[in-house]
This record gives sequence, C-alpha cells and structure tokens, in this order.
Amino acid sequence: MLALLLALALAPFLFPGTRPVAVASRICIFIVLAASYDVMLGYTGIASFAHTMFFGLGAYGVAIALAKLWVGWSAVLLGTVGGVALAVALALLIGLLSLRVRAIFFSMTTLAVASVALILATELRDLTGGEDGLTFSVPQLLSPAFRLVDAPVLGVRLDGRIVTYYLVFALSLLLFLVMLRVVNSPFGRVLQAVRENEFRAEALGYRTVVYRSMAGAVSAAMAALAGAMMALVLRYNGPAATLSFDLMVDILLMVVVGGMGTLYGPALGAVVLVMAEYYLQPAMGGLAEAVAGWPLLPALFHPDRWLLWLGVLFVLIVYFFPAGIIGTLRRR
Amino acid sequence: MSAARLRQLAADWSPYAILPLLALATLPMMSPSTWLTLTIAGIAMGMMLFLMAAGLTLIFGLMQVFTFAHGAFITLGAYLAVSVLGALAPWSTAESWAVNLAVLAVALAVALVASGAAGFVFERVIIRRVYGAHLRQILITVGGLIIAEQLMVAVWGASPLPLPKPPSFQGSIILGGAAIEKYRLIAVALGLAVYAGLALMLSRTRIGLLVRAGVENLEMVEALGYRIRRLFVGVFVAGTALAGMGGVMWALYQEQVTRVIGSEMTILIFIILIIGGLGSVGGCFTAAVLVGMVTNYVGFLAPKLALGCNILLMMAVLLWRPRGLFPVGPG
Repeated sequence: MLALLLALALAPFLFPGTRPVAVASRICIFIVLAASYDVMLGYTGIASFAHTMFFGLGAYGVAIALAKLWVGWSAVLLGTVGGVALAVALALLIGLLSLRVRAIFFSMTTLAVASVALILATELRDLTGGEDGLTFSVPQLLSPAFRLVDAPVLGVRLDGRIVTYYLVFALSLLLFLVMLRVVNSPFGRVLQAVRENEFRAEALGYRTVVYRSMAGAVSAAMAALAGAMMALVLRYNGPAATLSFDLMVDILLMVVVGGMGTLYGPALGAVVLVMAEYYLQPAMGGLAEAVAGWPLLPALFHPDRWLLWLGVLFVLIVYFFPAGIIGTLRRR
Repeated sequence: MSAARLRQLAADWSPYAILPLLALATLPMMSPSTWLTLTIAGIAMGMMLFLMAAGLTLIFGLMQVFTFAHGAFITLGAYLAVSVLGALAPWSTAESWAVNLAVLAVALAVALVASGAAGFVFERVIIRRVYGAHLRQILITVGGLIIAEQLMVAVWGASPLPLPKPPSFQGSIILGGAAIEKYRLIAVALGLAVYAGLALMLSRTRIGLLVRAGVENLEMVEALGYRIRRLFVGVFVAGTALAGMGGVMWALYQEQVTRVIGSEMTILIFIILIIGGLGSVGGCFTAAVLVGMVTNYVGFLAPKLALGCNILLMMAVLLWRPRGLFPVGPG
C-alpha cells in the first residue's frame, strides 16, 4: 500500500508522458469511487446499482457549471456542491423509501433509478449535451497550456496536466482518509453490526434504516466528488464516460476483486482493473495473433474481450475467495 | 359460501379490474381508432414481456434466488433468431403465411431448447453453489451476465445485427379505422397460449402443485420428502427457455439485435415482478399487460413522461399493495 502511495505520488516523474499521468489520475479517482462503493456494499452489505448515477451527478455538476455558466474556480465549486447535494438528497430518498423492504427490492430500485438517470442525461439535450456530452474549458491553472515553472524540473515540464494530477491526487488521498475515518468510527461499527445481523442491531436500539441511509449518503457524496474530479481531468463529460452500466460493472469488479469491507481492497482492485484496462488489452491482442489459426479462440482472446476474462475472474473470486485479495491476505 | 370468503374473492379480483378500467379511462383522451391501436399494441408488448418475465417470477418465488442474469437468456434467444432466420433464408423471405409461421416456429423451438440447455448449465455451474446467500447470488449472477454477454459477442460479433420480419408478418390490418400490426396479433396469440399452458400446468398437474406448494412454504414441501432442488432445476430451465422464446419474439419486434437487448429489458422485468408479486404467474401476466398498456398510452399522450412512467406505476402499485398485486408465499 505504501509502495502504491509512493508510486502514485511520484507518478509524473517516474513515468513521464501524457498517458501514464492519465492512467495515474484515473487510478486515483477510481480508488475513491471503489472505496465509496465499498462503504455501501462491504460495510452495510447491500448491493446498489445506482453508484454511477452519483458519480455522474458530480461530473455533470462540474461540467454544466463550467460549460453553461462561466469558467472559474467558483463555477467548479458551485458545480461540485450542487452535484454532491443532489446526490446526497437522492441517496437519502432512495434509502428511506426502499431500504425498509427486502434487500433485493433495494437492488432493483437502484437499477431502475440509475437507468432513468442515464435516459435523462441522454434526453435533456439542452442541459447535458445529450449523447455527445459536454466539452468545456477548465480554470487556467489546470489547462494543458499553463506552465507553473518555465524550466523543466527533473526532466518534466510542470504544465497544467501535472497541476491537475496533483490536485486529484491530494483530494483522493484526503477523501480516502476521510472514508477510513468514517468506517473505523463508532458509526462504522454500527454499520458492520447491521450487516452481520440486522435483527440484533435493531434489537440493540439502532435504527437500521437510518444507519443504512446515512451510509448511502456518505457513499453518494464521495462518489459525486470523484465524479467532479473526473470531469476536471477529462475536460469532458458524457453519458458513456460517467453513467454507463459498464462502469457500474467495473466498480463492482474492483470492490469484489480487492476485497469487500476492507476499503484498502477496493483501492487495490481499482489499481488492478485500471491497469488491466490500459495494459492488458495490447497483451491480449498479441495472444489473439498467436492463436489466429484456431477456430473461435481468436474471437475469445480479441482485445475487446478483456471483460470476459475479468468476468471469469470475478466469478472465481466470489466462489473461492469471497474476501477478495486483501481479505484473504489478512486472514493468513 | 360465507360473506368473508366472498369479500376475499372480491379483493383477489380487484387487481384484474385495473386493466379494463385503465383501458376505459384512456378512451376519452383519444380517438377510438387510436385507442384500439394503442390498446392492442400495449397488450402485445405485455405478452412479450410476460414471456420474458414468467420464468423469473417462479425462480424468485420458489427458491428466493436472485438472478440478474436473466437478460442473457433473452439475448441468446434473440441472437438465435438471427441465426435461424438467416440459415433458413428462403423460408424467412418467402411470401407465404404458412412458411413464415413455420420458420418462426423453428426459431422458437431452437431458442426454447438452447436457452433451456444454457439455463441448465448456468444453474449447475453458477447458481447451485450460492443457495441461500443473497448478496453472493447478486454478485455472481452479475458476473455470469458479463461472461454470457461477452461469449455471445465473441460468437455473433459486437455490431448490432439487423433482423427483418418475414414478409407476411409485416404491415398491418385495418380494423374499424385502426391499424393493427399483424406481428402484434401473433405475439398476443403466443403469449396467451403460453399463459394458458403455464396456468394449466400449475393448477392441474402434480408438478404444478409442488411448485405452487414450494412457493407457499418451501420447508414443508421438503419435509414431506420431495426433492425441491430437482424441482427448482426444472423451474430454472423452464424459465430460461421461456426467456429465450421471449427473446425471439422481442428481437423480431425490434428488428435489430444487440448484445444488451436482454439486459435492457431486465429493469422492466423487475418492475413487472414487483408489481405482480414475486412468485405469482397470474400477477406477472397482469403486471406485464399493465406495463405494456401504460407504456403505450403514456408514449402517445405524454411522450416526455414515458421515461419514468413505469417507475411511477411501480410506486403507485406498491403504495396500494406493498407486496405486489397478487402476493404469494411468506412475506
């Protein structure tokens, strides 16, 4: 974990170039996103499918503020706060309405609500740019053309991209620490008690619905903040980038592969998955060429099929290592 | 018959009444011919939804197994329809009712068998290890869905495949000034036949009796010495086979097949299950037709509302009857 932290902290200097910095910032954001989903899935034991919706709300908050209002830090702040507020309100509403019934109803409801959010984002063309999404400019400090120091430091030009990266890195670290604090607080203890035995927790005097809804709100707020960072990094936001169901599946994979209910696990899962997304595909392309003569095999190893193998991995992990990487290591 | 029994019967029938009431309530809002077109369209859509959802309600109801992979079997049926109609191209492009119906029957049979077989494998490999663990069921079936979808993409390719209807299913009949698509009538006929068959099987045969008893009280049936696991495998296979048939019908209706054709329907199917009451085939049928009709009416009267209307419908029904229209089994 420390090595990972160091690698991320020094990423722009260790691996110069635009692509590694893009990968590193994606990793930071997805660490926050996966960890926030873990607060929900791992610590309260309920599967929500609306997590991308909260992520998207944060991203659209920033995107709409910067694209439609004005360009500046106040717009970024306004968009973020708006997105987070909306995400928290929605999370509380969904939680209070549907957490009273059986867990499966909650999963179904979140899936339905998330699909409505996706349709709304695609249809409200004037506000969200529809299918094409929104492209916008960011405050000058973060734009690629900006130079912090004219002379290169350690062989790296300190441009806006690097500034953006360190902003994202610092924020991600902060948010991750906040979440660690939350789940290790008395509040987090109650969440785990509710997860282990809802009936008993209720009998001990804890209002399980309230605690679960609160956990949902915290998780939604963190996801929205991650979304806001995503929009700043990409300088673009659209339905496919932050709302798609594929993204939801990715988050689920990260949390389960890394280990539910550990918070460090999802962070590791995020690293593994983002790296796989960027670097596994070329490797699979090579494999596909190697088996080109065989029937069906090239189709199975086609670079676009990486999700297939992750799906297989996912099922195997749920079977044999339900605790994920970190959980299994801890038990040793 | 006592007064209490009568009252109970009345209460049980009231959910059925919403279908004609809804149809009557919307009649004044549009011209009669439009109304007829929309009503038939709604019923036809409902029938196809019923085919896709019927198996899932029994799977949920009988074993409390939560699967998110049902859409994969719909997609499988849809892709099989493309393959069968493509392989029998002379039949599927012939301008003859009989030949076109024959090719549809072949496609339905292939989908039935193949989806059922896939369902059997899925149950044995994926589901059987996670009985009783709900969170793991949700996770593992999502994993299964990813694998199944990606496998199908590996076989049929990632780009959407066109699937034109056979010529005799195209076009409409004019009935009293209302245009009714021929294909919708076929869908209605098939849906009614399947519903009748399912209802007969559930109410008249020994297996049906066991399934209904299992939905009501699983442990009691097991205690009486019946192998409930084996029964459940049968229900799972039948449910996925029906989903495959529904996939064929839906694909021909959409005339285009993508890898997400099934998982797109999952949300609508869940809404139907919740409205109908988990485990109730009759409730599933009513809810499917209700959803189909509401979608069509709202799509015509207020297109902007169409997005959320089914979710609003679900909330309204749950406020009225928190366990769905026809609750069965333990709460």
